[in-house]
Parts: sequence; structure tokens; C-alpha cells
Amino acid sequence: MPDTPYTADEMMTIAAARMLRNGAVCFVGIGLPSAAANLARLTHAPEVVLIYESGTIGSKPDVLPLSIGDGELAETADAVVSSVEIFSYWLQGGRIDVGFLGAAQIDRFANINTTVIGDYKTPSTRLPGAGGAPEIAASSGEVLITLRQTRRAFVEKLDFVTSTGHLDGGNSREQFHFPGKGPTAVITDLGILTPDPVTKELTLTSIHPGVPLEKVIEATGWPLKVAPELRTTAPPTENELRVLRDLQARTARAHADGL
Amino acid sequence: MLQLSEAIRQHVHDGDVVALEGFTHLIPFAAGHEIIRQGKRGLTLIRMTPDVIYDQIIGSGCAKKLIFSWGGNPGVGSLHRLRDAVEKGWPQPLVIEEHSHAGMVTAYAAGAAHLPFGTLRGYLGTDLPKHNSNIRFIECPFTGERLAAVPPIRPDVTIVHAQRADRRGNVLMWGVVGVQKEAILAAKRAIVTVEEFVDRLEAPPNSVVLPSWIVSAVCQVKGGAFPSYAQGYYKRNNAFYKQWDKIAVDRDTFKSWIERHVTGTKDFDGFRRSLNQEAERA
Repeated sequence: MPDTPYTADEMMTIAAARMLRNGAVCFVGIGLPSAAANLARLTHAPEVVLIYESGTIGSKPDVLPLSIGDGELAETADAVVSSVEIFSYWLQGGRIDVGFLGAAQIDRFANINTTVIGDYKTPSTRLPGAGGAPEIAASSGEVLITLRQTRRAFVEKLDFVTSTGHLDGGNSREQFHFPGKGPTAVITDLGILTPDPVTKELTLTSIHPGVPLEKVIEATGWPLKVAPELRTTAPPTENELRVLRDLQARTARAHADGL
Repeated sequence: MLQLSEAIRQHVHDGDVVALEGFTHLIPFAAGHEIIRQGKRGLTLIRMTPDVIYDQIIGSGCAKKLIFSWGGNPGVGSLHRLRDAVEKGWPQPLVIEEHSHAGMVTAYAAGAAHLPFGTLRGYLGTDLPKHNSNIRFIECPFTGERLAAVPPIRPDVTIVHAQRADRRGNVLMWGVVGVQKEAILAAKRAIVTVEEFVDRLEAPPNSVVLPSWIVSAVCQVKGGAFPSYAQGYYKRNNAFYKQWDKIAVDRDTFKSWIERHVTGTKDFDGFRRSLNQEAERA
């Protein structure tokens, strides 16, 4: 047990990093997924292949990129290819094991929204939009999703379906014959949710240390299913915390430069 | 080979369909500023990843429509001017046509290949086709698989920034090259700004080279991608992208920034000097 205190965000990033197995080929979203994927690479998964949608294959950045196409990603990559190539040949071509996505909203079947809050024509909040996510969600072998768990994010009904998870649950995803099997885990700052094998409804299967169950239930906009054998996530190790904090400190220094 | 101001004057007209492409890298900021300076109006803008330069063009009232797949300030947040135009119609309403990245690259490739549509395994199960009639579905004539189809993107003019060109106007770019080559080949006219002119391109075979005869104008604008970056020349100025958030969030702050640094300066060098002077005063 580490004595070092840690934040809920650190627990989330570390728990998300652990989901990525060594050697996996991972299509990485910007932000939380990128932090988790690089932490994995710098700890237990040195052979992970990180692919960014700017076309960089096998990126090994020393600092986290602010954008999905920072020079750091290209300079440390095994190969850099065009946008047409990355989406057509590598993603659609079936070369991706894991798609790692963030989201603004998620529903109980792990469909996600990154497009708009409110009505599409008269939105209350206009979000950046789809980017690569719809096809990452469709064509990656499996999908990991990481985001903070709140009632605003974990909603009964999405305002907009940007990327397809398990649709209406059960075998409803199968109607589209997607090459990938869809979301396999959602990692939040409170716990880990995984789809039920039959209904595909997200179920809390692991809760982070010290988080009361009521808090997770309250942070979910639908009646949350809880696994009968709810596990407690292993707390961050000293090494995981040290590597993550070093990475974030290097990143903050690098991005403050300029002007 | 032209001055940038002359190239924009000759090749970008009010009402044109214009793609200023670049995927984080090599964003043609200088050319975007020149569009604002010349007060172009009624443009349909296309870009996979509209970022700060599109925020500036839209906030300056140059555009009536945006075709895109991801609109944000990467790693920072919203594009406030884009949002203001979409949500509140300021300074004028902006129609949006929204895709995914995979859909956009397919549409550009179809444009470059002069095909009536491009096809991809995409969009299924998403709400995007409900709001965009340019996303339709077809049945594969061989397997019966249901596939998405998108019409080609064929801009009136595509504008990109690249590292260098030779004296004959052949252009070389490297690093994250995005969809620039397809965007150029899909367009009726093309403007390229470059960091420098060189006597010999020294491009290895298979490099991304745009032969001079597919480009309408090549203009030298040193640092012309700032605050984006040009690999091998300068880094992305992430601090500027963060600072932009505070400038763009307020209409008046935005307007006075544009007036001081863009419309109040003669060219991109003037813009950079103006920014530097302000930084020194602060």
C-alpha cells in the first residue's frame, strides 16, 4: 500500500493505463486516453504501439501532446502516413486492437456523444464533434472509454449518438456487422464499468479505493447495475504515481514555452 | 510565384468554396489572415479540423458555411467564435455540414480521383446521417454489405502551407501531411505558402511533392504556419493556442485583437511584429 496520497484523476488514469496490454496496437484519442496510453507505455506496456489520428504510427512522446498532431508525435513515430491512409488502410483495414476514446456523454450501453448538448439545431453546448471516433468505435478490435463520472456525463439518453457502443444492448450491435466488438470497459474517476456479457448494460465491476458506492450510484444518470462481486481497484503503486507525475510535470513545462 | 496578397486576390473570390487544410501541422495561418484582411465574404469553408484560424475567419464574418469533422482548439477547449456563430448567429449565421474524419478523407479522396462518390465502412448507428443529407448508404454490388457513401469534396480553391519549394515552384512537405495532397488534387485552384525557396528540392523518391503544374500560386511566407508548426523549422506554439481561448471568448476582445493584429497590419510579418510588441509591453 502506498503512503502517497493520490487524486481521483490519477486513479482514473492509472486504472485506464492498466487496461492496455503490452504489445497492443492502440488508436489513441487526445486528452485522458492519451495520458493513460502513454502511462501504460512508460510502465507495464513498453511494446504498446500508439497510433494517433494525425497519422503517426508507433509514437513514443516524451511529453503528452496538447493536440493530436503535435510535432513530438511525428518525431518519435515509426512511420507517419497521410489522413487517407490512417483511416482507410490502418483503421478500416483492421490493424487496430484497441480504440481508446474519451466522451462528453455516455449512456448505459456505452454509446457516446462528443457532438452537442441539447438540440442539434439549437444546442446549449456545441462540442467539437466526431473526429475519428465513429469509425474507431466501429473498426477497432475493442474499445476502451475513459471519462469522469458525473450525472451530466452518464445520462439516461444521449443528446446525440456520435459513436456506436452496444446500441440498445443485447445483440443489437450485431445488425451492423462491425469488425470490432465494441466497448469492453469504461474507466472513470470512481470505478470501472464493464458491459454485462448478455444485456451489454454497463455494470460497475470495480470501485476505486475509498469511494463510497452511493457516490458512484449518484453520479450515474440511470439506475446503475452493480456486480454482485464488486472488486476494489488496486490503489496506484508508488511507481505508477511517480511515472505519471513526472510525465505531467514534463508536459506542463513543455506547453508553457512559447510566445 | 506571387505575393500572398496577390495570390489571395486572384484566386479566392467571394462565395467560393475554400479548403485551408492541415492536421495541426502546417496550418496556413498567413493565408487565412490575408482572407480576413481582404474582407472576403460568403465563403464555404472546408476543413477536417477547423481550429484557431477558422475561428478567426468565422469570427471576422467571412464565412456562411462550414464543412468539417472536428471543430475545437485541441487540448484547450471550444472554438468560441465558431460556437457563437452556430449558437447565436454572430457575426452572421453559419450553416454547418458535419462529418467524421473517415468520411471527410473519403470525400477528399473521391474529389482527387474525380469520382461521383466515395465509400467507407462508417457512420452506421450514429446520428450524423440524420443531420447531413450528404451521408447516404449503399449496398456493395459484390457482397451486399451496407456501406456509407459521401459525395466528393471539390473546393474552388485549396490552400496549404509546406516546408519548401524549388525555384520552379515544385513543393515539398513532410511530417504530419494530413489530407493536403488530396485537397490540392481535388481543387480547381491551389495556393501553397512555403517556409523557403531552395535551389534544389532534394526530395527523396516517394516524398510528398506537389509538382508546380498542379499548383496555381506558390508564395514564400516564412513562419506562415505560426502558431501551428513546420516540422524541421519551428515548433507548435502551444502557449498561443491556450492564450487564444481568452481572446476568443469575448466578442469585443476578439474584434480588437483582429483589428490590432490582422486587419491593422499589412502582412504576416506585420502581424508577428505586432504580436511581439504587445508581448514586450506586457
